[in-house]
Order: sequence, then C-alpha cells, then structure tokens
Amino acid sequence: MTDLLKTPRTTMPTREEDAGPEVRRNTSPVTVEDRLAVAGALAGSVALTFVLFGWIAPFDSLLGFVVVAYLLFIGLYAVLISLDENRVAVRDRVTAVVWQSLAALLLAALGFVVIYALLRGHRALGHWNFYTQDMSSTGPLAPLTQGGVLHAMVGTLEQISISLAITVPLGLMCAVFLNEVPGGYARFVRTVVEAMTALPSIVAGLFIYATVILMIGVDKSGFAAGLALSVMMLPIIIRAADVVLRLVPGSLREASYALGSGQWRTVWTVVLPTSRSGLTTAVILGTARGIGETSPVLLTSGAAAGVNANALSGPQTSLPLATFQLVTQPQPNMITRGFGCAALLMFLVLLLFLLARVIGGRGPGELSRGRQHRRVLASRRDVERMERRPQRFPQPAAPSGTES
Amino acid sequence: MTTFVPGLTGTEPGPAADDVPRDIRSSPEPADRAFRLVARGSGAAVLAIMLLVGFFLTYRAWGALSVAGFSFLTTSAWEPDSHRFGIAAVITGTVLIGLVAISLALPLALGTALYISEYAPRRLKRFLVSLVDLMAAVPSVVYGLWGAFFLQGHVVGLSRWISTYFGWIPLFRVEGAEPDDPLASMTVYTSSTFIAGMVVALMVTPIACSVMREAFSQAPPGEREGAYALGATRWGMIRSVVLPFGLGGVIGGTMLGLGRALGETIAVYMIISPVFEIQPHILQNGAISVSSLIALRYGSASELGMSALMAAGLTLFVMTLIVNFIASSIVARSRSGAGAEA
Repeated sequence: MTDLLKTPRTTMPTREEDAGPEVRRNTSPVTVEDRLAVAGALAGSVALTFVLFGWIAPFDSLLGFVVVAYLLFIGLYAVLISLDENRVAVRDRVTAVVWQSLAALLLAALGFVVIYALLRGHRALGHWNFYTQDMSSTGPLAPLTQGGVLHAMVGTLEQISISLAITVPLGLMCAVFLNEVPGGYARFVRTVVEAMTALPSIVAGLFIYATVILMIGVDKSGFAAGLALSVMMLPIIIRAADVVLRLVPGSLREASYALGSGQWRTVWTVVLPTSRSGLTTAVILGTARGIGETSPVLLTSGAAAGVNANALSGPQTSLPLATFQLVTQPQPNMITRGFGCAALLMFLVLLLFLLARVIGGRGPGELSRGRQHRRVLASRRDVERMERRPQRFPQPAAPSGTES
Repeated sequence: MTTFVPGLTGTEPGPAADDVPRDIRSSPEPADRAFRLVARGSGAAVLAIMLLVGFFLTYRAWGALSVAGFSFLTTSAWEPDSHRFGIAAVITGTVLIGLVAISLALPLALGTALYISEYAPRRLKRFLVSLVDLMAAVPSVVYGLWGAFFLQGHVVGLSRWISTYFGWIPLFRVEGAEPDDPLASMTVYTSSTFIAGMVVALMVTPIACSVMREAFSQAPPGEREGAYALGATRWGMIRSVVLPFGLGGVIGGTMLGLGRALGETIAVYMIISPVFEIQPHILQNGAISVSSLIALRYGSASELGMSALMAAGLTLFVMTLIVNFIASSIVARSRSGAGAEA
C-alpha cells in the first residue's frame, strides 16, 4: 500500500534545457508552400500551354492561350495542393484562387475600359484649343489644333445646374419627409421612388419629349434636357438621402424634443447638420450619374456644334452627347476628339466622386477636425454666456446643434 | 424603505380621484404645421412626377395601341406609317441582350464581391470598394466607346470559335458563316447581341457587385467565427455562412443589374446594327433593343410613329419596373435588423 503511494502515478514532463530560445511560430495563413505551389502551377501551366499550342495544335489566338493556361493552372494547382493536404483544403485553396482571379479579371477589364478612352483621346486633350473653342467653324478634316468641346462643357454645366436646382430642394425635402413624417403615405411614396430608381434614362427623355416639347410646345433646349435629367436623378438622390437620414441616431432627435424644440427646429438644427456630409455625397453621386447620361439629352435637346449659352432656346449639346456625335463620324480626328471628350467627362466624374469621398467619408455625427474645433469653441462660448447670466433659476441649455 | 412616488403618498394635496389620464395629443406649433405641409407637399410632388411618367406614356401610347391592337405584341416589323408595327422583335432583342449581360456579369460580380468582402487585405478593401463604386458611375458612353472601337474587332474570333464548335445549339448558330473558309469575311459576327451584351455586362457588374458586397459584409461575425471554431476552412465558412446569408443580396443585385441592362441605350446603340426581326442567334450580326429603337426612330417619327415609340417605351418601363420591384423587395427582405432606426 505504501509502495503504491510512493510510486508516482503521473509522469512529469521532462524539460529540454538545451532547446535554446523559443522560436516564434508563423501564424500567417499564407505559408511558403502555398506561394511555391502557386508559382509552380503558374510556371507549369504556361509551359504546358506552350507545348500544346506550339507543337500539338496551331497557335490560334491569345485568348485561347490564356484560357487554356488558366484551366491548366487551376488543375496543376489542385494537384500540387493535394500532395500534402486533404480534399477539404484543396477545395478551399482552389475556390480562393477562382474568386481572386475573377476579381482581377473584372478590375482589369474595367481599368482597361477607362484607360482605353484616355489612350485614344490624349492627343486631343493636349491642345489648349480643345477647351476654349467649339466645333462650329471646324471642318471635318481640320487638324486637332482647331476646334474643341467648349460648347459641350457649357451645355453640361447649364443642364446639370438646372437639374440640380430642381432635384436638390425637392429631393432632400422628400427624403426628409420620408423619415420625419412616417406613415402609410410615406411608405407608398418610398415604394414608388425605389421602383423608379431603375427608370431607364431614355424613358425619362421620352416623357419630357412627350410633355414639355410636344404638348406644351417648348423648343428642344437645354432646359428640357435639364428637366429630363431631373426626372432621372430625382429617385436616385431621394433614395441615397433617405438611407443617410435613416442613420441619424434616434437619441439625438429625442434629445432635441426633450429640450422642448419642435419638429421643424429639430430637423433644421439636428437632423440636417448631423447628416450633412452624407446628404452632400448623395447629391454628388446623383450628379455624377446625371452628367454621364446621353440619351435624355439626345431626345430633348439635340446636338449643336456651337456654343449656345441660352438654355431656354435652341439645341444645346452636352459632354456625353458630344462624345457620341463625334465618334459616329468617320474622320479619325473627329473620333480622337470624341475620345478626348469622353476622357474629359471621366475626369469630371472622378472629380465629383473624389469630392464625395472627401466630404462623405465619415458617418453621421463624425466630425472633421475643423468642425470639431469650431464646435468646441461654440460650446465654450455657450458656457461663458451661461456663466454671465444671473443665476435666478437653473436654465436648460439651448440645443446647440448648430455650428457657426 | 419605499420609494417616494409623487402624487401617490397621502401627504400630497388633492384627492387621487382627480388624477384622470392626461390628454397626450400634441398640438404642433405653426412652424411645425407648415413644415409638415411642405414635407407632405414635396412627397406629393415627387409622387406626381413619378406617376405622371407612367400616365403620360400610357396616354400618348394609346393611339398606337388602339391601332395595332393585339398584334402589337406579335408583330416584329416596325413600320408605323403602314400600320405594321409591334414589339416582338425588340422585346426579344432586349431580353437577349439583358440575359447575355447578366450571365456574364453574375460570376464576375459574385467573384469580385466575395474577394472584396472575404479575401482582400483590409487596406486594399477600402480602395477596392471605392473603385467599384466609381466604376458604377462611369458614363455608359465610355463603355460604348470601348465596345465599339476595341471589343468589336477583338471578339469576333471568339464568336467564330463558339459558333463553329457550338453551332448545333440554336442560340449560337450563325447563318451564312463559313467556318471552313479561312478567307470568309468576319462581318457576319460583328454588331451582334453577344457583343452588346458583353459591353452592358461590364457596365452593370459594378452595381451588382456593390449590392452583393454590401450583403456579404453584413453576414454576422458571430456565425463566421462559429464556423471557423468548428474547423471550417475559409471556403467552408463562406459556403455555410456568407453565401446563405447574402443570397438575397446576390439575387437582388443581379436583378438590379438586369434592370439597368434592359434600359441601357447608348452603349447598345453604338454597337448593334438594327434588324427588325426576331433574332435568336446571339452571335450573328444584327440586334435590336427597345431603347435603341427609340433613339433610332424618334427623330423621323410621324404622329402615329411617335405614339408607337411611346408604346415601346411604356413596355420597357413596365418591364424594368417589375424587375426592379422584385429586386428591391428581395434585397429589403434579406437585410436583417432595421439598421439604426430609433
């Protein structure tokens, strides 16, 4: 009995004193073997495809080469992984490669679309007259040092201003309505607006053509084009603004009501300032969509070769429409101008987009450093004002959602 | 020690019987009343504009519809002045272009959305999200330019290959093609539904991708980690958590893309060469869509011709409305939680 107790039942782990300092383990999900497998499969597939296309079958086209190489790559990669992993891991690695290559394909294709227009149009963009002249006195065979797209720039500017003048107040007010006056009616409006975001732009153009031009009898003009763009942009802006307004924390609204302010004051001093950056983004993104639309302008304004600053009468072209008109002509210089016009349009959209990112990169309530600073100053002023006030009774602070 | 409740203790003046429920109806002040009026008014204005679009298209289309009657749906020619016009060809063309576009866009958008939400490193992720959103805002005329000037010339080889080896499928048959003759003209493969569909596919992929990525990124992190904790690989986790959760987003995004694809005008118009007959061979020269029909014929249309174009526009409008309505209801249903609604 005592012998049993004396003999230890558990075995103590023996310490290896000479193991040296502990080696840090690699916790990265990507190992060297994975990289080597990818590289090996890639090299093997390219080599095999060369053999196939060079010796066995005739070299047909680059596309065929790439497709065959890709399929071989997937196969070889699966084989390489299966050498030291089980089937589940093989499936995991192969699907990862497939998704990544699909993403790479899409991004490459989209990038190529944009770069192609820049490449073909850069010769036109280099000439200063491209921005300062119109096409009214430029012959079909004139060199690129003559003529430009000033008329289209003027047209785009005026048409988008007209449509913004309509859509910004109406769209934002409607978005506020959807959020602040809820009920069955608001739900119905929201449903209709959501359904209308897919309104084909040509139908918007056709609608304005049927009503404003054919029925009321307004000329084909930049104004009509602005109206058509408004019909198209309105649902987009309302929907985006609606989403932004929905993100305003309810506690902010309730705090404002609890301080005794009415609905209108709450909207004006709490809801709108809180979501200002998001609303700006909504408007800018809607503008970017509107600027690039060709078909409503085609139907309602028509093409003009000269500058027409009067939006109320006469055809007035826009940048996308000018692009379309220029590239459908046979002369190479005209086509180059068209591509230049498209590049200009893309720069404009990029600019608007970057603006939207800079302004709307933060959520509601998140302040930039300048605004935070100003708010601190305002609150300090409030404190001073309250301290100066005679202490008759404890005064609740006014809702200080506004900032100077 | 009981808590002190004002109005319930006997020391308070006034009998409890007087404590009737207070009137909690609010009477808004004039400014609020005006605000609500204006808000309701703007809602009504937007509603009126949107309903007016449908109403006016129907009103203007009525003349043509009453002339053509039921044959509007079955005729494929478009000669309004001799009273022979119908949407059989244009609707078929539109749907075919939409289907080609969506069948190319779906795998691309799905792969990109999965890559961005699941595989991409965090810093790359924000950049890619912005890039895809930016691509959704690139004007369609730019895609049209690329399709007409670059793709048109480079894709005919692929068209020929498909029609040579898969020509036994009616969809891919090309009439008048001579695959055995190396000197045969390739023009029979240009300006086809397939090429237009490819361009439109690139155009709608960013939108579809953006909706899908949004849905995938909302997959609950608890369930993701649960799947990992049970020993799932990343693909296993995606298949069992992310994809089921984001299925609504995938379907909705695809339908939204389809809605955009059906209504696309200028990119299609730049590529196709219009034919007014039912063209089921997607690789063959000649295609048509409702929107390009309108862009093609509105300038030279007579009174009845205009009315007929309105009828075609109305058809397109109703079609995209249905597609978009289904899409948005699927997307809305797939969202769990009502967001930050107070």
